[in-house]
Amino acid sequence: MAAADLGTREGFKPFSDADVARIVDAAKRRDFLFSILGVFVLVLSMGMLTALIVDLLIDGLTRIDYAFLTSFPSRRPAQAGILSAWVGTSLVMLTTALIAIPLGIMAGVYLEEYAPKNWVTDIIEINVSNLAGVPSIIYGLLALGLFVYTLGLGRTILTAGLVLALLILPIVIVATREAVRSIPLIIREGAYGMGADKWQVIWHYILPAARPGILTGAIVGLSRAIGETAPLLTIGALTFIAFLPPAPIQPEFPFVNFDWLTSPFTVMPIQMFNWISRPQEAFHVNAAATGLVLIVMTLTMNAVAIWIRYRLRKQTRS
Amino acid sequence: MPAFQRSKFRPTDAYLRRRWLVARLMSVLLFLAAAASVFVTTGIVYVLVSESWNFFRHVPLLDFLTDTQWTPVFAEPRFGILPLLTATLWAAGIALLIGIPLGTALAVYLSEFAPAKVREIVKPLLELIEAVPTVVFGYFALLFLTPLLRQFIPGLTGFNLLVPGIVLGIMILPYVVSISEDAMRAVPSSLREGAYALGMTRIQTATRVIIPAAFSGITAAYVLGMSRAVGETMVLAIAAGQNPNLTGDPREGAATITAYIVQMAMGDLPQGSLAYESIFAVGLALFVLTLSFNLVGFYLRRRFREVY
Repeated sequence: MAAADLGTREGFKPFSDADVARIVDAAKRRDFLFSILGVFVLVLSMGMLTALIVDLLIDGLTRIDYAFLTSFPSRRPAQAGILSAWVGTSLVMLTTALIAIPLGIMAGVYLEEYAPKNWVTDIIEINVSNLAGVPSIIYGLLALGLFVYTLGLGRTILTAGLVLALLILPIVIVATREAVRSIPLIIREGAYGMGADKWQVIWHYILPAARPGILTGAIVGLSRAIGETAPLLTIGALTFIAFLPPAPIQPEFPFVNFDWLTSPFTVMPIQMFNWISRPQEAFHVNAAATGLVLIVMTLTMNAVAIWIRYRLRKQTRS
Repeated sequence: MPAFQRSKFRPTDAYLRRRWLVARLMSVLLFLAAAASVFVTTGIVYVLVSESWNFFRHVPLLDFLTDTQWTPVFAEPRFGILPLLTATLWAAGIALLIGIPLGTALAVYLSEFAPAKVREIVKPLLELIEAVPTVVFGYFALLFLTPLLRQFIPGLTGFNLLVPGIVLGIMILPYVVSISEDAMRAVPSSLREGAYALGMTRIQTATRVIIPAAFSGITAAYVLGMSRAVGETMVLAIAAGQNPNLTGDPREGAATITAYIVQMAMGDLPQGSLAYESIFAVGLALFVLTLSFNLVGFYLRRRFREVY
């Protein structure tokens, strides 16, 4: 019999308990060492992030004061500020949000709820995932060739808002699709059972239920757009802007004003890039201060997004 | 007399007509929104090709691909993409040298070793790296890491390809980790349990079962990471310098494709000049390069998903 042969075979020595203990110990040690390696990589990458933030804090924190936030750029580094930059960033972000969020939600809902299984849908799907991988500077070239010159929109807030909207569109679309897909079938069937038609189900039940997920995607997308520099440099955004765009709100009828859309602009990352490129040390301090404001904004936005997602996951679990 | 009067709850014809109209209108609108994304791609291809078309009428494609000089603003301009391309590949190569080993180790750790609690904390932390604006990474590379490393690496110049490459490696790390960890976790647990049942340790399971089983998914992570590194702009425009330089030494500075586009576009070029068209020509080259990486990456990922 095979089993009996094994025991009596010439030269076969069964493992003693000590052998087994030794082998298991060695294996455990190797596993432990690898865990250490994993944690080490983690600490290394987090250390980089910490070093970056600490470096910005050391270089720039003392530069941030009320005057820095309310002054225009200047040739004298000590008097320069980021007023036109943060106003520009706010207006560009407003434009981007107004274009990208509705468009992204609509496209996401279409792909998830309406799209038939055919080649048109295939093309749209492949296209969306491909767009997410196109380098941002290529969007800048699109904006330069198409928006600035062919359509004659110029180097304005509208052009900047449009190009950043196109850039973050895939993020919003993907987030919408995931949020819509994760809604329990019960909600849908309940609504249909009450006699709602497809659009009513989407508008009154699907979209409200998907709101946290969509919101997360929109915040992450906008935080990416805030820090985006390359496409705006490519359309030739100016770096020295010592005036503000026309205010969007006015005291006279009709109270809102869209002249700011066609105004030249600068944004915080461009202002920062400009100051980095100067040889004088004092401008580097300004750059660090701008970077600090920028990174606080993007990290906060991402933290909010992560928090919403975390709460959402806890809700669906219970 | 029935207790339930049907007519009382019946929607009016006007209401039904309005509802039908809204439903039709919305389905058309939603389709248009989805189709708009296709126009973006069409627009990109149209702009790149049409502007490059003029460029390639003046500069033969063969010269563009083989000339070793890139001097667009000289009196006798020469347009050889090789210096820009090698700088791009140097930086991306260094990024991968950092990103692949670190990313794979971290992905294996998260997927096979870390308790669920650790994973839930670590993944959002990694996302924070992706949240840092690239221009801030550029500042970090030029004004912090380069001065620091110059004390240890002789011959490292103020602008160089090494430091932005390292920073790029850290930047693509979360991306590489997230895709390869997804791939590893998608490996059916029966394989994992089979390995454990044979008495394999975790590390043996990871290296001999999980990684081979998730191989195409992990490769996809590397290829997509490469695509990101090739297309990254600001870190290189800031820390690698703006001087086209065909070099085999990453301690020197050299302009990449993306840095060149930024530099030229900032200079307020007259539309229609050869230098203006040249940024679209190198942009087209960059687009083709990243598109092919992305397509390979998507193909590998899809094939991986089909297996399991």
